[in-house]
Amino acid sequence: MTPKPLETKKDYQKYVDEKSPNSPILKNCFNAFWVGGLICSIGQIIMWYCASKGLDTALSGTVVSILLIGFSAFLTALNVFNKIGKFAGAGSLIPITGFANSIVSPAMEYKSEGYVMGVGGKMFTVAGPVLVFGISTSIIVGIVYLIFNTQSITLV
Amino acid sequence: MDFLQNVDWTQLLRCFVVGGLICVIGQILIDKTKLTPARILVIFVTTGTILGGLGIYQYLVDFAGAGATVPLTGFGYNLAKGAIEAVKETGIIGAFTGGVKAAAGGIAAAVFFGYIASLISKPKMKKQ
Repeated sequence: MTPKPLETKKDYQKYVDEKSPNSPILKNCFNAFWVGGLICSIGQIIMWYCASKGLDTALSGTVVSILLIGFSAFLTALNVFNKIGKFAGAGSLIPITGFANSIVSPAMEYKSEGYVMGVGGKMFTVAGPVLVFGISTSIIVGIVYLIFNTQSITLV
Repeated sequence: MDFLQNVDWTQLLRCFVVGGLICVIGQILIDKTKLTPARILVIFVTTGTILGGLGIYQYLVDFAGAGATVPLTGFGYNLAKGAIEAVKETGIIGAFTGGVKAAAGGIAAAVFFGYIASLISKPKMKKQ
């Protein structure tokens, strides 16, 4: 007997959910937790090192960003980051390392399209939206702060 | 390496736990929703900017240090903080200059190292 055709979209979704492999979410979360925590801890140690050299908090934060971004960009280019990413999932995606990875990954793939439009253009496939929404939101935050900047409402 | 002798281990633990938990939120979004990683990154940066603008994220930064600033929400927080500080100094123009100015190091490093790293990368095609 042939199985009954799946009539509604809901039935189909249920069928897909049953058949698709159940991703081990607990294990994924655990790996994401410790890898993400470790990357942040490395950042914290770099920050303390900068502080011991007399840099202020904002500048130390910038140094941490630059070092982590540079490091993960080159790890991506050497195909090491993808292996970490497969294991850690969001643990390496959510820290600023994931931002660098999101720039290098598409740029590598489109290298054959040339160094200007291929690498230079595709770099921003993911980073572009991130910057568009991040910067636009920050401008809105600034304007909102300007409008509501009274004694009664203090936003910061 | 003198600074390693007076490492604040409780501070490092808070950094580890908070940074890890922010990543777990991202992992749950990956596993339980159909959002692509790109959208998750956008959501994290935007959330960080809004929470930074509301002053809520500042508490997390004070508590966890790099545990809150290294995840992409911290990038958004940095944008918002820069915009607000510049608005205090230069008014409306600050809203446009402050955010990017505060995040300039990260953005410039990402563009520069990203391009260089892509150039030296192995040319083989790889599946994600």
